[in-house]
Amino acid sequence: MSDIAIQVEGLSKLYHIGKRQTYKTARESLTNVLTAPARWLKNLGRPQQDDPATDLWALKDISFEVKRGEVVGIIGRNGAGKSTLLKVLSRITEPTAGRIRIHGRVGSLLEVGTGFHPELTGRENIFLNGAILGMHRPEIAVKFDEIVAFSEIDKFIDTPVKYYSSGMYMRLAFAVAAHLEPEILVVDEVLAVGDAEFQKKCLGKMKDVAVSGRTVLFVSHNMSAIQTLCNSAILLHAGQLDTAGDLPSVITKYLARGNVGRDISLAERNDRTGSQRARCVQAVIISEKLQRAANTVATSEAFRIEMTIEAKQPIRDAFAAVGIDSSDGVRLLTLFGQFTHNPLQLHSGMNKVVCHVQGLPLRPGLYRINTFVGDHHESYDHIVNAIEMEIIDEPYYKSGRFPTREQGPLVIEHHWATIS
Amino acid sequence: MSQSPTILSPPADKAAATLTTTVIEARLGWRPIDFGELWHFRDLLFFLALRDIKVRYKQTALGAAWAIIQPVMSMIVFSIFFGKLANLQSKSEIPYPLLTFCALLPWQLFSSAFTQSSNSLIGSQNLITKVYFPRLIIPLSSVISSLVDFAVAFGVLVVLMLWYGVAPHMGILLLPVFVLLALVSALAIGLWLSALNVQYRDVRYTIPFITQLWLFITPVAYPSSIVPEKWRLLYALNPMAGVVEGFRWALLGTSTAPGPMLAVSTVVTVVLLIGGLFYFRRMEKSFADLV
Repeated sequence: MSDIAIQVEGLSKLYHIGKRQTYKTARESLTNVLTAPARWLKNLGRPQQDDPATDLWALKDISFEVKRGEVVGIIGRNGAGKSTLLKVLSRITEPTAGRIRIHGRVGSLLEVGTGFHPELTGRENIFLNGAILGMHRPEIAVKFDEIVAFSEIDKFIDTPVKYYSSGMYMRLAFAVAAHLEPEILVVDEVLAVGDAEFQKKCLGKMKDVAVSGRTVLFVSHNMSAIQTLCNSAILLHAGQLDTAGDLPSVITKYLARGNVGRDISLAERNDRTGSQRARCVQAVIISEKLQRAANTVATSEAFRIEMTIEAKQPIRDAFAAVGIDSSDGVRLLTLFGQFTHNPLQLHSGMNKVVCHVQGLPLRPGLYRINTFVGDHHESYDHIVNAIEMEIIDEPYYKSGRFPTREQGPLVIEHHWATIS
Repeated sequence: MSQSPTILSPPADKAAATLTTTVIEARLGWRPIDFGELWHFRDLLFFLALRDIKVRYKQTALGAAWAIIQPVMSMIVFSIFFGKLANLQSKSEIPYPLLTFCALLPWQLFSSAFTQSSNSLIGSQNLITKVYFPRLIIPLSSVISSLVDFAVAFGVLVVLMLWYGVAPHMGILLLPVFVLLALVSALAIGLWLSALNVQYRDVRYTIPFITQLWLFITPVAYPSSIVPEKWRLLYALNPMAGVVEGFRWALLGTSTAPGPMLAVSTVVTVVLLIGGLFYFRRMEKSFADLV
């Protein structure tokens, strides 16, 4: 018997993204409506059609092995394929190609409280949720008291969960999940819920699972959670396996990948405008917490932008600016030395300048940074889309939730209450 | 990592020898039904059915009375319009209300079971995209949960039979077979429609329409004896025709056992079921991506 728990070979997953056809005339769209039943009949039983324009390889030719008892973090940016990998591993969706061999029972926690019904009581939901997670009735019955104790809701166990506070709901949901005892556990970001104290408790429970010799696959954007729990990691990038191995090297690689899509340095960029009396040759965003050139910060977390400016001769009273755009190119804000009256004195050669930022109240996602150097009269150097920064989804609100794209880009403190 | 005392029991060493190996890979085409796996998830089937039952009449003022009101109201309307005005009563010596109610029971069982199972997959989106289990459990549990309404309404039938002084005969022993046949037909249709519904939400809009038409081609408001003899086997292609006539025969002892009709209906049901199962299994892998 080998000590391999999971063996993944050449795994690929293709998604057919729905395309929206455009119709030029009313007649064409009418024809389309009328011929829809015919097309429907033609495609019956053939759910997948190949069309390169709408195909997306969420995973492409991924191979790796996980040894029994290993706790592996799966990291990567949004859209790197982490969730798809977990879905394939937990058999929710089938791979398009490749094969996975799993030795042992898999328990997957892609969400806590899956299948909870608001009208059912805590007790009923424990049994229902346990069964959904693959537990048998006697198994749940044995662990029932432990689950109730862990969730701290014993008084309300016979109350419909729709009357629970969100904290109670999450605690109960996690408690059921935490008492699942598979040989292999697949977990997706479940720690990003609940209040800080509850998160600590969850992390503690996860740690217990980890030290008890189970195999765990853990997806998270939260590097500190990954560092606490995992002993190795897999970095996915654009659906492909970037690096797999011991934790520090993979995390270093992940952070270095912060500057995605722009492999050439700023010094070599040609798509710049201005007189070039001085030019920005480097720009990095450094989180005050991590103290690393990461270009990755959490919502409203303090950071600094360090720019290296090369001047041909000494310049008095220059100003630097950084513009922050959303990934679709909408300017969100500009951090400009002229606003704050911070003139910079540049000497010839390399100058390091820094801009301290208290934190950006922006929802998680990728943002584009534009750099500018100039004075009151002249633009020396302006680079559009110089670097990218990622705002990662570490919990900001206690709920762990963030506004969706439709709900707007800003995330700020607020409080709701009834007025008696 | 600190070796904090664990409250979880470590996996037993003996487990290493008995670990199950699962292979996940792309599978093409048709596939058989994995009965072993279905059996493994029997508790889930139970709890999902239980959930549907418990939740069905939550936050309604009349509660389970709805299970009675629906067939009783239908019976009254049918008795007035078909029994009296269209004078269908004259075709039978059994009181028309009883004749209709006895047919409404299996009909309502069938229509609610197939409606609910057809909508079951899209109603369980959150489960399908987050957890693995044999998807067959979902339509199956909705079919099973509709038995409760049937049981409640059956009580009303017993009262009606006592009222009209109609005593059951030995045929009643076959009643469970007819109930099963109604459930299986509902499941068969439900499998097809629920799988189609995942990809084409058109199905959702056709279900009420199908139910309505189906009611007319089923001998609920009328006895099947008004259908000319030579057309009767064709008529029995509708699986519910056999079931409804079977119910009347088993409970009220209407003339003779509807043997040939039942045989045709059973064959149709089995064919639909097998086809439905395979179609469902074929589409199952894409549910999580499409739902």
